Amino acid sequence: MNITKLRTAAATLCAGALAVTLAACGSAGPAGSAVSADSATMWGLTGGNESVLKKSIDSWNSAHSGETIKLDLFANDAYKTKVRTAVGAGQGPTFIYGWGGGVLKSYVDAGQVADLSDYLSQNPDVKDRYLPSVLQNGVINGKTYALPNNNAQPVVLYFNKDLFDKVGAQPPKTWDDLMALVPKFKAAGIAPFALGGQSKWPDLMWLEYLTDRIGGPQVFADIAANKPNAWSNPAVAEALTKIQQLADAGGFVNGFSSIAADSNADQALVYTGKAAMILQGGWIYQTLKRDAPDAIKSGKIAWTTFPTVGGGKGDPTSIVGNPSNFWSVSSKATDSQKKAALDYIKSGMFSDENTQGLIDSGAVPVVKGIESKLAASPDKDFLTFVYGMVKNAPSFTLSWDQALSPAQGDAMLANLDQIFLKKITPEQFVSTMNATIGK
Amino acid sequence: MALSTTASRRARETGPSGWLAVPALVFFLVFAIIPLGGVVALSFTKWDGLGEITFDGVASWARTLADPVTGNALWVTAKIMVFSYIVQTPISLLLGVFTAGRQKYRAVLAVLYFVPLLLSSAAIAIAFKALLDPNFGMGPGLGIPALAQDWLGNSDLVLFVVVFVIAWQFVPFHTLIYQGGVRQIPVSFYEAAQIDGAGRIQQFFNITLPQLKYTIITSSTLMAVGSLAYFDLIFILTAGGPGYSTRLLPLHMYLTGFKANDMGAASALGVILVVIGLALALLLQRLGGKNRSASQLEGA
Repeated sequence: MNITKLRTAAATLCAGALAVTLAACGSAGPAGSAVSADSATMWGLTGGNESVLKKSIDSWNSAHSGETIKLDLFANDAYKTKVRTAVGAGQGPTFIYGWGGGVLKSYVDAGQVADLSDYLSQNPDVKDRYLPSVLQNGVINGKTYALPNNNAQPVVLYFNKDLFDKVGAQPPKTWDDLMALVPKFKAAGIAPFALGGQSKWPDLMWLEYLTDRIGGPQVFADIAANKPNAWSNPAVAEALTKIQQLADAGGFVNGFSSIAADSNADQALVYTGKAAMILQGGWIYQTLKRDAPDAIKSGKIAWTTFPTVGGGKGDPTSIVGNPSNFWSVSSKATDSQKKAALDYIKSGMFSDENTQGLIDSGAVPVVKGIESKLAASPDKDFLTFVYGMVKNAPSFTLSWDQALSPAQGDAMLANLDQIFLKKITPEQFVSTMNATIGK
Repeated sequence: MALSTTASRRARETGPSGWLAVPALVFFLVFAIIPLGGVVALSFTKWDGLGEITFDGVASWARTLADPVTGNALWVTAKIMVFSYIVQTPISLLLGVFTAGRQKYRAVLAVLYFVPLLLSSAAIAIAFKALLDPNFGMGPGLGIPALAQDWLGNSDLVLFVVVFVIAWQFVPFHTLIYQGGVRQIPVSFYEAAQIDGAGRIQQFFNITLPQLKYTIITSSTLMAVGSLAYFDLIFILTAGGPGYSTRLLPLHMYLTGFKANDMGAASALGVILVVIGLALALLLQRLGGKNRSASQLEGA
């Protein structure tokens, strides 16, 4: 048996094992009238943009009976595992939903995604519609392999205004302000910060912002470039120390390590008045809008940027998070599937209807020339805040777990969890992570 | 057990019926033996699930065995196995003896006890996760401070919570095994004991327990080997956390393979898991004693 066959066999076995465990997670997409077996297939995520995406595909399918798309939706964490295994086994969808970064690079290295550079130069209108800084995240080794497909998702500090009024406090502008708020809220019986610690990636947002504020974006750029001992930059250890100080002071809600962000329990703590603040992605505004419409309408939920750190080198307007999500097109898809995919990207995605749908859901599409539409939205406060953040940021660092290779990302999240639980010291974290560089 | 012994003896006498085992053997070969060979082969390679598989010698094994997380996973697995066994065996044994009685109310209670058997591990995990939530769960909901612990977020507590939930799920199954075992014990034994003046407790220790020897071995094997396979429940309940507190071997294997995409190391862990499982099963069968072929039932 040659090595390729062995690989396919192994991947198929893995896919089979996963299919058993994950079958329950998939939900059927819209039953388009003309969706057939040779339709292009698309895997997206539940939550956030689910309804906008469904609507976009539905209207595409009804107008293009020859180039239909079959949409399946999955929960975030389950999707990340499933799609990789499926792609490895040659069973992946035509449209691969992604975040760019290290994961995209591993697809590129394995030759699983199509090079879209020629397509972009032939279709300048597609290229020109995007904010250039966002488009750049789909570029690997000078070639474009992924195109942005939804909204900018910087990490934002949300807070409950009612609770701030209750204790007579102001949202924190500096790290010292933030630390001073902790005893105030605790005295009032309110948790200062909600945190979905079981999901681990919300922990990472603290490390990303603190490192950026203390040492600037170059610290992580070195890590992502696999420079030897890049984690030893003192900014990382200082950020980790600050996290442990905040945890020691009781800054995070009781039981944070058993709260899963996927079930939105972390944000619920804020709008139900149990926690005062939460550091979370721009995407939770959409779920807040759905789950707690009154809190949004009445202005109870407000937001601000991450505080500055005294003596830090980082620009206070720098941001971290996800510039957007992306569609890659599978290189293993049939020609007709590829054609349907590229046609949809050209005229189905970010059509006026799709763009407006995103804005109505409380998201900022990553396309140019939407200022007037944002200003006309009932959510204009949040949308213009996010749009301004993205437009003015000198750097927009991609979420580290996506930017790094999967092996590094997993080790980082597991060790960061240990930091929050005070099971390891910042020095141990740094040396463990230095050992993963290049893996 | 006695029935199958007689049946196979009869089969041996009347000629070959080995062909009947072929379908099962084929399935066993395709779904157990061949993948097992694949896992052993993969454990000597380097593969991230996407690219080429390259031969990597014993690097995966060296990495796996040197990783403190592996040692911790083995330790957590051992703890969960032992605690689960200590909790589940007495409860299932007593419940099994109790539900073996023919009274109507016992039948009703037995049906109630078996309800957890109808639920999938995923459903049980999601339900308990919601009940044990420190902010929105049972404790704060009912306003009982004793219940408002951080059940799944406290590194010292979480292992026992997991053992409890596992027991909640699997006690009904083992109760069913014991119930069947007890019902096979001939009534005449008890009648004889009664005539000799033995009390209920004496009857339990001198008749029921010895007669249940093989049932106990079966149930123990299932429990011990089964605890090497606890995955879905713990994956959903705690995802192995907080930290590495509940990251037991099968979960560690899954996370290494499908989150960190290190298939070589994950395969090495898989091989370790298989070896431990086989060793345990063999050991427990040995403990069953040498007179295995002797039936315990009268007249068989």
